[in-house]
Amino acid sequence: MKELSLHVLDVIQNSVSANAANIHLIIHENSSAETLTIIIEDDGKGMAPEVLGKVTDPFFTSRTTRKVGLGIPLFKQNAEISGGSFKITSQLGKGTRVKAVFGLSHFDRPPLGDIAGVVMLMVSSNLHINFFYQHKIDQKMYEFNTPEIKEVLEDLPLNDPAVIRHLKEMINENLKDLR
Amino acid sequence: MTKIKSLADLKKMKSDLQSQISIRQKSENPEGRTLIRIGMGTSGIASGAKQVMEFLMDELEKRNVDAIVTQVGDMGYSYADPTVEVTVPGKDPLVFGDVTIKKADDIIEKYIKNGELLDGIIPVNYETIDKK
Repeated sequence: MKELSLHVLDVIQNSVSANAANIHLIIHENSSAETLTIIIEDDGKGMAPEVLGKVTDPFFTSRTTRKVGLGIPLFKQNAEISGGSFKITSQLGKGTRVKAVFGLSHFDRPPLGDIAGVVMLMVSSNLHINFFYQHKIDQKMYEFNTPEIKEVLEDLPLNDPAVIRHLKEMINENLKDLR
Repeated sequence: MTKIKSLADLKKMKSDLQSQISIRQKSENPEGRTLIRIGMGTSGIASGAKQVMEFLMDELEKRNVDAIVTQVGDMGYSYADPTVEVTVPGKDPLVFGDVTIKKADDIIEKYIKNGELLDGIIPVNYETIDKK
């Protein structure tokens, strides 16, 4: 993937397939530690230890349409080539947590990309799931969560193009302030 | 247009948004909407499905085509990603492969608006033997 936000989209897709009701996305850019950390946590169906051991193997997938599954291995590879690390933990019936650490200013770290677009894409396509997105840059933090947004917008649908556009703009404006 | 930054701003915008949406809802009947689903597995994302989806969402709104755009997981046609499934009301769903921005434009203008078929349709059968 050319951008980290696309990996986020891909991994969140796994959480959706795991029937998660709540999905947390935490992005932390820490300049003193020289790291960019991405955490995706869900309360989906989770994985048994024997499955968990195989997810970083490209020739393993839970899907039945094809024999390869590259989402997690590619994410891991990108973290590792930028001097970071990758960890996935899961408990059957409880949920899964993916944590990828990247070297913040490492030459091989892909740019973060359009993270607001990715968040809105997942929100608008999965109205029944609660999304909690937290973005930290050093000490500053921005939080976006769908239960709060739904409370404000009440009956306005989150998948309406005008609503999506405004929410995306709101996220981008707030992210700009963190820099 | 003023920029929305906080939940309070969003609240202020609400009535504005509401009127835009109600205009849209009046002109439609729910069954009359075209349903577009974009395959967003790893291979779909890597080949540009996100850009295609954003293009479709923006353009359908601008061109006043009543449609719902949503994303699904892997559709199983990775050799032809990005793949887009279009269900025009009253017709069988069609899956288009190798959808670029240009092709997405053709899907709106030629297929959805005029019913013309395009190149690159993936043969998919939604009927099962026992249904027949």
